[in-house]
Amino acid sequence: MSTRTTAGPERTVAYDDLLTRYEPVLGLEVHVELGTATKMFCGCATGFGAEPNTQTCPVCLGLPGALPVVNRTAVESAIRIGLALNCGIADWCRFARKNYFYPDMPKNFQTSQYDEPIAVDGWLDVEVPPREGVDEEPFTYRVEIERAHMEEDTGKSTHVGGATGRIHGASHSLVDYNRAGIPLIEIVTKPLTGAGERAPEVARAYVAALRDLLRALDVSDVKMEQGSLRCDANVSLMPTGVERFGTRTETKNVNSLRSVERAVRYEMTRHAAVLDAGESIVQETRHWHEDTGVTTSGRPKSDADDYRYFPEPDLVPVAPTREDVERLRATLPENPAERRRRLQEEWGYSDLEMRDVVNAGAVEVIETTVAAGASPAAARKWWMGELARRAKTAGEDGGAVDLLDLGVTPAHVAELDSLVTGGRLNDSMARQTLEGVLAGEGTPTEVADARSLELVQDDGALQGAVEEVIAENPDVVEKIRGGKVQAVGALIGQVMKKMRGQADAGRARELILETLGVQG
Amino acid sequence: MSDHTTQAASAAGAADADLTRLTAVEMADRLAAGTLTSVELTQAHLDRIERLDPTVHAFLLVDAEGALATAREVDAARAAGEELPRLAGVPVAVKDIACTQGLTTTAGSRMLEDFVPPYDATIVTRLRDARMPILGKTNMDEFAMGSSTEHSAFGPTRNPWDLDRIPGGSGGGSSAAVAAYLAPLAIGSDTGGSIRQPAAVTGTVGTKPTYGAVSRYGIIALASSLDQIGPCARTVADAALLHEVIAGHDPMDSTSVDAPVPDVVGAAGTTDLAGLRVGVVREISGSDQGFQPGVQARFEEALDALRDLGAEITEVSCPHFAYAMAAYYLILPSEASSNLARYDAMRYGLRVTPDGSPSAEQVMGASRDAGFGDEVKRRIILGTYALSSGYYDAYYGQAQKVRTLIARDFEAAFDQVDVLVSPTSPTTAFRIGDKTEDPMAMYLNDIATIPANLAGVPGMSVPSGTADEDGLPTGLQVLAPAMQDQRLYAVGAALEARLRERQGGYVIEQAPEIEVRA
Ligand SMILES: [Zn+2]
Repeated sequence: MSTRTTAGPERTVAYDDLLTRYEPVLGLEVHVELGTATKMFCGCATGFGAEPNTQTCPVCLGLPGALPVVNRTAVESAIRIGLALNCGIADWCRFARKNYFYPDMPKNFQTSQYDEPIAVDGWLDVEVPPREGVDEEPFTYRVEIERAHMEEDTGKSTHVGGATGRIHGASHSLVDYNRAGIPLIEIVTKPLTGAGERAPEVARAYVAALRDLLRALDVSDVKMEQGSLRCDANVSLMPTGVERFGTRTETKNVNSLRSVERAVRYEMTRHAAVLDAGESIVQETRHWHEDTGVTTSGRPKSDADDYRYFPEPDLVPVAPTREDVERLRATLPENPAERRRRLQEEWGYSDLEMRDVVNAGAVEVIETTVAAGASPAAARKWWMGELARRAKTAGEDGGAVDLLDLGVTPAHVAELDSLVTGGRLNDSMARQTLEGVLAGEGTPTEVADARSLELVQDDGALQGAVEEVIAENPDVVEKIRGGKVQAVGALIGQVMKKMRGQADAGRARELILETLGVQG
Repeated sequence: MSDHTTQAASAAGAADADLTRLTAVEMADRLAAGTLTSVELTQAHLDRIERLDPTVHAFLLVDAEGALATAREVDAARAAGEELPRLAGVPVAVKDIACTQGLTTTAGSRMLEDFVPPYDATIVTRLRDARMPILGKTNMDEFAMGSSTEHSAFGPTRNPWDLDRIPGGSGGGSSAAVAAYLAPLAIGSDTGGSIRQPAAVTGTVGTKPTYGAVSRYGIIALASSLDQIGPCARTVADAALLHEVIAGHDPMDSTSVDAPVPDVVGAAGTTDLAGLRVGVVREISGSDQGFQPGVQARFEEALDALRDLGAEITEVSCPHFAYAMAAYYLILPSEASSNLARYDAMRYGLRVTPDGSPSAEQVMGASRDAGFGDEVKRRIILGTYALSSGYYDAYYGQAQKVRTLIARDFEAAFDQVDVLVSPTSPTTAFRIGDKTEDPMAMYLNDIATIPANLAGVPGMSVPSGTADEDGLPTGLQVLAPAMQDQRLYAVGAALEARLRERQGGYVIEQAPEIEVRA
């Protein structure tokens, strides 16, 4: 294992410039940690952030004599992912051993799938958002999927004593095997061609779409920053008009959507500079540096890396029946993009409103609220307004929490809406009621009852207040009679005050105008 | 239970005078009857081990304290009227390839000289559940690679019949322990003959069950697709009782067979083989393969005996057995090279740190160099080469095809006959040091036993007598279709009974007393 060091930043060329001469070809490999309760081949827990080496056993530590047993839930998740990516599902496939030595691999082989993946030949349509000031419409790119296969994660090495946290210069390394054996699905695209200048955006949009899809499938928590979704980006350039792919590099450590786009863009500009100089690209692993926005050379990698794959003799083949596959297909959620389009239409939201709802992660909660009887407009108003504001600061030490962690349920919001539309509460009373619900005082009806919040339906009391206010405000009355009907607002405010808010402002307006003999 | 097991008289004279001479069946019966305690029985074995094992070297570790603790518990439970498993209180030895919680488990290697497993192999759990005192861990060729125990990092085991000879391997420690009456029963593991060949050359009984019939969880892997755990004993009935204890489905082993255990104990009472169709496999019958004359003669006699017992003997051909050795020595090293990769000094095992500030890779290299013996290195290199890209198809891939053809040969043969027979080993026990310089000669010991591992079918070696030229024991190998392990016990028991009738005792009783060496 030799490490090439690079003196100073590498040359790059301007992005727009390279596109006149080169066509980018991308290949994206996404590793997804499944959210199963236990590991791929043993019963150990998979929770993130536990004390190092506390979630281990003879199997995932590779102790002598230990044997693997396949996690059935992980296989089902893999099949569901394959189906959601429009892949064919193998009716018989095996695990293989990928042999190489590394301290974070307890057995010094990774149990993976090699030439018999569980899912092959699929696709995912990706919507690339319009560029501001350039495009009117988003454009759709079909990402062809080569395969999705199952494997186990490795442990996690920490290099101690060096300045960089990298192995170079470290005095020693620590290994945490809690991650060793966590189920991974690796999703590999076919070469993505024809995206041209949009290639970096396609890469980002693909990872975003995949993340949404995996979240909808409820198979992973897909947190890029915690490494439960990891993307390796293969980039090569092909001189325009040439049919043969160029030499590729594989950029690792790309831990956010934004980084995916930036890393691909950077590699394109670096490749172009190398090729422009008449040199050739070194086939290697590159490391992405979020802070500086560049990649640096990692380990040389060649197609001839010899992992001495052979079928894992300690496991029996995975052979899902057609019935199994169909049963799992029936559990697939609607495609997230299609679902968003459908809901937007049903709810009558504008594009901007819908985007806000999506970005706030409020699609499900609004859907449930509407299903519980609220109007889509009211559901959006409450969740995206008052409740979203609350959620931003409701966490311990003022941090954000999920909408659903506020203590208000979709059913509560629907009930609140029905109290308003049914005429019992006005807007300000509804807000006070919500306050009570947030404080844990009960359901909206219970809170309204307890706080005696109810619009006064009896015109007698309201009429009394109207007459008092008219008598107290001769100048305003004068204006109204003189034709300035909008001045009635000032009187309504005073009536409401006398009624302590427990009146219907619309009815107050009607009574004022009626009393004054003015047409509204 | 048939008569012969309960009336077996001890060659040593009055049975109580030497408890170790009893069969396991007799021990179990006396324990159940209350005429013997497990502490007495276990102590008798521990005493004999203390006296003779420095000479035989069957054990790498003796756990007197643990064995006696189990024995005391069993005696107390029995005194309290508790119902106990059949072999409760009968001691057992375990090949040092099975992980035993808290007891050093070395697999015969320097690499694991100080390795104390934090868990029990499933079969060890079953022995504990059967409440059998575990006497200790038996010697073996390093990582079960060998046919003589000479490849043990801790020195060879000697054959109780002739202390200058090997006890077979890799499980020579288990077979020698049983043959020397150091243990009535022992656990072995058989990847290419490591239970059957030692049984043959020590005059004992050894069974390799159907692949998957006994859990491999916690057994230090040699070649995962070939390894199988089985019983070693002095009599067929004893072997059957231990077989019954260890066999059965284990959810921790994905290759474990989820099916009822065949009635091996019932079958071990068989005395008559009327109508049984027995096939002699031409390719391993010895007649054209240059097997030792005494081995050949005892095999012919065994066939006569089977005929007398009512069996029909026919010859069958398994043409692809000729390629079994070649295929085996590609598949085994390939799987072994990968299975042994985990011994890298990072988490457990021998750790050798070169001078300076070595990288992890250098520590791994130095530790593996110091921890593995020559035979292990030879096979790791062979397997690494066979799996390399560009060679995989020609070697590993081709070997797997041969394996399929051998399995088909077995299927075709079992369409014609119920069991197959052959001599277990081409020779009787050879002298220590005779074959260590010639790996090929060593490998040829397993020529008759390897096909069963490649096809996953069960096999047994049962004593067939002693060779005229050297007076050393010979074995008959019986093979049956997968999951028909009981047929091995039926044939083995009937043959054993016939030989006892003719010779007035078990073959093992002809073994000379062991002379203690300084
Ligand atoms: Zn584990």
